[in-house]
Amino acid sequence: MAQTKVIVGLGSCGIAAGANKVYNKLKAIKDAENLNFELAKTSCIGMCFREPLVEVVDENGSMIYGDVNEDKALEIVQQHIIGHNPIKDYVVKTDLFKTPDNSFFDGQVKIALRNCGYIDPENIHEYESRNGYQALRKIVNEKMQPETIIQTIIDSGLRGRGGGGFPTGLKWRFAYSNKADEKYIICNADEGDPGAFMDRSLLEGDPHAVIEGMIIGAYAIGATNGIIYCRAEYPLAIKRLNIALSQAREHGYLGKNIMGIDGFNLNINIKEGAGAFVCGEETALMASIEGKRGMPSKRPPFPAEQGLWRKPSNINNVETYANVPYIIANGAESYNKYGTEKSKGTKVFALTGKIKHGGLVEVPMGTPLRDIIYKLGGGIQNDKKFKAVQLGGPSGGCIPEHLIDIQVDYDQVTATGAIMGSGGMVVMDETTCMVDVARFFLDFTQKESCGKCTFCRIGTKRMLEILTRITQGEGEEGDIEKLEELALQVRESSLCGLGQTAPNPVLTTIKYFRHEYEAHIKDKKCPAHSCKKLLTYTIDPEKCTGCTVCAVKCPVKAIDGERKKVHTINQDICIKCGDCYSNCRFDAITKN
Amino acid sequence: MRVQRLLTETENKKIADNVDLKLIEPLIEKYKGKKGNLIPLLQGVQSIYGYIPRSAFELLSAKTGLKLSDMYGVATFYAQFRLSPVGKHIVKVCHGTACHVQGADAISTAIKDALGVSDGETTPDKLFTLETVACLGCCSLAPVMMIDEESYGKLTGSSAVKIIKEIKIKEKENK
Repeated sequence: MAQTKVIVGLGSCGIAAGANKVYNKLKAIKDAENLNFELAKTSCIGMCFREPLVEVVDENGSMIYGDVNEDKALEIVQQHIIGHNPIKDYVVKTDLFKTPDNSFFDGQVKIALRNCGYIDPENIHEYESRNGYQALRKIVNEKMQPETIIQTIIDSGLRGRGGGGFPTGLKWRFAYSNKADEKYIICNADEGDPGAFMDRSLLEGDPHAVIEGMIIGAYAIGATNGIIYCRAEYPLAIKRLNIALSQAREHGYLGKNIMGIDGFNLNINIKEGAGAFVCGEETALMASIEGKRGMPSKRPPFPAEQGLWRKPSNINNVETYANVPYIIANGAESYNKYGTEKSKGTKVFALTGKIKHGGLVEVPMGTPLRDIIYKLGGGIQNDKKFKAVQLGGPSGGCIPEHLIDIQVDYDQVTATGAIMGSGGMVVMDETTCMVDVARFFLDFTQKESCGKCTFCRIGTKRMLEILTRITQGEGEEGDIEKLEELALQVRESSLCGLGQTAPNPVLTTIKYFRHEYEAHIKDKKCPAHSCKKLLTYTIDPEKCTGCTVCAVKCPVKAIDGERKKVHTINQDICIKCGDCYSNCRFDAITKN
Repeated sequence: MRVQRLLTETENKKIADNVDLKLIEPLIEKYKGKKGNLIPLLQGVQSIYGYIPRSAFELLSAKTGLKLSDMYGVATFYAQFRLSPVGKHIVKVCHGTACHVQGADAISTAIKDALGVSDGETTPDKLFTLETVACLGCCSLAPVMMIDEESYGKLTGSSAVKIIKEIKIKEKENK
């Protein structure tokens, strides 16, 4: 009988949900009772809404338990591992029977995420056992030439997954055709979009896939140096990348004359970013690696001609590289059989916001947005009404309910005014104010503007001021038109993508939710009951029973009242956090 | 654009005595003369002191030949670098999109109220520094905050304040 294996998901979100405690508990039980099972670690399988996750693999197959805490861990050991009697109610994913959460995986196709949640990311042998480094072996065994590799990537239809959507193979060809003594291959892991964590999960869950993709890219373009530019906010990703890089060096996948290919030398190092969103732009990223302020510069010259240290350079995103080994190992058709005419393959999305099943999904291009939100995502939290989904972060836009039947590919998403972006998908319901969402993104881009272009630096600030005024009930007639005019100017007069796309969240919300702007400006009302300045919480004396729950829950002690007597809210102290509203069991608190 | 400023001479004098510049000498040896070393040097200094002291800028410049103006330009450009000392615990409240939609503003307001400081400030007892960050990447647990290395998810105003209070109590017990 094979030994039972217990695997704990230790990605960043799992750890935040308490997975380390669960792991330690399992280890303590195993050691104390001298139990014969193997305890292992993996990363995120994407079901963030059920973290912490524990998978038990025995002779019957695999079962993944969700929402595990220390008590449940003990139960799982006693009943499943010792008693051979799985606790079906706790199981969230298995092939053995249907679970309520199974729909989360229906329609997903995992190519970039093929190993995430299935291997120990700190163990190179587990990557190798799932066809890891086979693409590189194929290149050696079949003596594939750089042109062949580049052509395969072009044929696969892979486009840049960081947001730009430029064909990866073409980018490689430009870098390949520029001759130089030194070239750089760079991985953009500066995932700065708020609400996006695809790259983090990939780096934490399968760092070798990204490294193998970079090695293949380096061979194709003739690069001798590799750099992974990673956000410093992702300490776990950096740690696992460092482990993976040193393993790759030990195993001869990095170094001199790699895999016996004469003259193929490559080393990859990590550069930690220092917290600047604009460094996701490739010229700014290279400036940052050179130790300068991360300010974008004019193109041409493109990085493929004169990039890092003025040498030809190729920059791709994490997810793009992770797809490469799969394509090379399985052929272009294995990838381009998925997707639509101009958008091939699959895309990873981080599904968050007011959604029941928040997590990481990978679907073929062209999947209907409705399916992603309602089938995979399970619909809206608390069965509220869907209002919009924000795609593409601060450069993207909001797609409203009447467009929910679009197919998610580059063309259809762009037609709505949003962008595909890197894959953050934030779902909003009837309680989300769209003017406030626009203000939120403008606040972000305004802070993150590097300050080089006047319109981006000052224009976004003026736009933010107008939006802030509107959300505070001080909007004036003509504000919407002023926003539209400024938006056009910022878009036309900015050098890089940050400024050119900064107005998108404002323009799409005006386009689809103009009535919300008008309600704020004319009626001084926030239809979503979200803007604090336009909101008051009051206690209905008829319904209040004086149970004191609201007064206890209030973090600022704004609620007064004796036990069993009607309570009141002191409006001067109230911070409008809504804790009283959500905790009142008698429906006695109203917000207006 | 973010605007930060260096401590003035008088502000700096009050804390300058605590800075042991010997600690950064190995760092300087490691990166001296390497191209693109400015950011790793500043990151290294900050990981030792929690911020970049004025005197460290001067020492780096003298030992490596990097210009003070370049270093100051970089240090003020990137959000990661701090130019004044921080508290023992750093409270980072996430204001990413998912957290914003789930009510991160209320979490920040409640914590500001509990600590009595604004964003970027340190409490007078030097226990807490409050920061707002763009995204911690745990979006499915929104709203989220991170204190030191530990993340806390699915917060409400009252649960966030409770977590802070528990740390305060522990600190008192340790004294």
